[in-house]
Amino acid sequence: MTGTKSILVIGGSSDIGHATALRYAKEGWRVALAARDIEAAQRNADDVRTRSGVETTVQSLDVLQTAQLAGFVAGLSVLPDTVVCVVGELGDQLRAQADPELATTIMRTNFEAPSLLLELFAQRFEARGSGTIVGVSSVAGDRGRASNYYYGAAKAGFSQFLSGLRNRLTLAGKVRVITVKPGFVRTRMTAHMKLPAPLTVDPDRVAEDIYLADVTRPRDVIYVARRFRLVMTIICALPEAIFKRMRI
Amino acid sequence: MPAAALPGRATASSNPGEIGLSGWGNYPKVSTELLAPRTPAGARDHLLGRSGVVARGAGRAYGDAAIGTHATISTHCLNRMRSFDAATGQLTVEAGVTIADILAAFEPRGFFLKVVPGTKFVTVGGAIAADVHGKNHHRDGGFGTIVESFRLALPSGEIVSCSRAENAALFMATLGGMGLTGMILEATLRLLPIETAWLLQDTRVAANLEAAIDHLESSASATYSVAWIDCLARGAALGRSLVYLAEHAARRDKELLGPELAPFPSPRMSRLSVPALFPGWLLNRASMRAFNELYFRRGAAQQGEPRLVHWDPYFFPLDAIADWNRIYGRRGFVQYQCVIPQARARRVLADILDRVSQRGDASFLAVLKQLGDGGGPMSFPLRGYTLTMDFPVSDTLFGFLDELDALVVDAGGRLYLAKDARQSRATFESGYPGLAALRDIRQQTGATTRLVSHLSARLGI
Repeated sequence: MTGTKSILVIGGSSDIGHATALRYAKEGWRVALAARDIEAAQRNADDVRTRSGVETTVQSLDVLQTAQLAGFVAGLSVLPDTVVCVVGELGDQLRAQADPELATTIMRTNFEAPSLLLELFAQRFEARGSGTIVGVSSVAGDRGRASNYYYGAAKAGFSQFLSGLRNRLTLAGKVRVITVKPGFVRTRMTAHMKLPAPLTVDPDRVAEDIYLADVTRPRDVIYVARRFRLVMTIICALPEAIFKRMRI
Repeated sequence: MPAAALPGRATASSNPGEIGLSGWGNYPKVSTELLAPRTPAGARDHLLGRSGVVARGAGRAYGDAAIGTHATISTHCLNRMRSFDAATGQLTVEAGVTIADILAAFEPRGFFLKVVPGTKFVTVGGAIAADVHGKNHHRDGGFGTIVESFRLALPSGEIVSCSRAENAALFMATLGGMGLTGMILEATLRLLPIETAWLLQDTRVAANLEAAIDHLESSASATYSVAWIDCLARGAALGRSLVYLAEHAARRDKELLGPELAPFPSPRMSRLSVPALFPGWLLNRASMRAFNELYFRRGAAQQGEPRLVHWDPYFFPLDAIADWNRIYGRRGFVQYQCVIPQARARRVLADILDRVSQRGDASFLAVLKQLGDGGGPMSFPLRGYTLTMDFPVSDTLFGFLDELDALVVDAGGRLYLAKDARQSRATFESGYPGLAALRDIRQQTGATTRLVSHLSARLGI
């Protein structure tokens, strides 16, 4: 049954994209990876196919070329059962403060482009009457902090987009939307950072939780690791008068 | 990748960008810059401008083999599989893929590796560099025999394909070459088709070392054989052992002995079948003697009746205990593994065991295996018997091990570089006549001054 299902990972060159593709492939899902860095995506696709034996394809996509998104979705040979968008870029906050172009790229990569793309999938899924849309946002979007507020603001926008989309599609029918909020994940994006071990997870864990929320035990919003939900609840509950003086 | 997420125990160092790194034995701990390239091409780029550098896989070499004198290039992120051909069993993987990864992906599809070392947590790159051996070396040879080819990055930045047909001398010198010929980026292996995940195990009791060697010798036709020696036994019982012989169980064997068992049980099932006794003997030294007695009697009770054992506990009993190396504490430990040529093995191994038992601080179990002829010029195996024991590092240890070395050298034996942390140049040079071939290759590829590990610097390779 699951052998006929398929997943499309947008951001298939990333570590979380790779791990997610592997997790679904393990259950027999056909896998397609879309990415700007086609060579890196191909390396991931080869790995997924070799480990799982399932059919794996690669497509070139630069999400920032937003004019081409509609053509990309229309040109898909197979409309996937699940689309997972892991597109994101942390960017350099200090540089972004001085460089409006970089600030714009961070905001477009984390909010504008993924939102425009997932809207297109929402429409196709709605017309078909089924599908799951998974957006990988971030706990950074729960409250703006000095250390990464361009990234955080964009992720906040993306989380709200997913919330609204879920609201619309739930009222309309069977299409599901899952918001994934990872905390610290050991990936290429965080390679240069010192991460607090108890709150840091591997990409495999994010992939596992995505698969669980999609297939095994349907959920709307998931935090990875789960204890981050509590951490963020506390951080969000702090009065602004206190929060604004904190270095976190 | 933050340093803490990389294999090996890393600690902060006073020099920025440098960390204290050690092997699996936690001895020695030395300072090095740790690099973690994301792609094979990135690894090559790291190699280009550097000297005093060596590759590191899972950090399972015990001593100082996988620590560069200046920088260490981790293959942690070179963990992608490239392609598999089910018709030929040929699998191509990047160097950082582990044996555990391969077994997880291919055992359910009916494939195994013909040669596996005592832990599945080693990388393919490391297994080639150390030309690791398994319990079937006397019959089937070392890891090199299942390697069809590999891609090697030279210090010049050139990437060359090596096989028995192409760059053959470089191929052979890289087997057991401890990463000193270049950095392995990718390798093609030949997998072994199997009918079930089970082994047909036959246990023999050996009253002493003499009997253990007799058993190993007389059962040379068995595919897998290994003797676990009770190091607490002394006198006439010195070298008392259990000899485990095994074959891959065919579907027919499994139907006969375990019709209720799945041919390829899920990993969860196989974990449950790991003998729960192991943590006891490792973690509670006081109960050791009792444990060995129990272990021995349990094995003796199984004598003569073949039984089905899953491959995981048969090949990798210690893998069931995460971080077992930590029980030796901060100072770490040395795993001493020597091989003694056939003709001298009985007398010399008895002498070694006797000294070890009198000293009294070795691990409680030692491993005795039969080896065949080596693969590459620097491969550890030679036709004879290999003995392996752990010793906690102490002030008197190295003097004692020097005494053992003298016995090994005198018998024409050698020590395994993947375990070594302390042998002298003289011991090393007398044991490895193939060193000249490795030095020649290093000269030719410009590796001599560029690819330098703490091990190669210590031993003058």
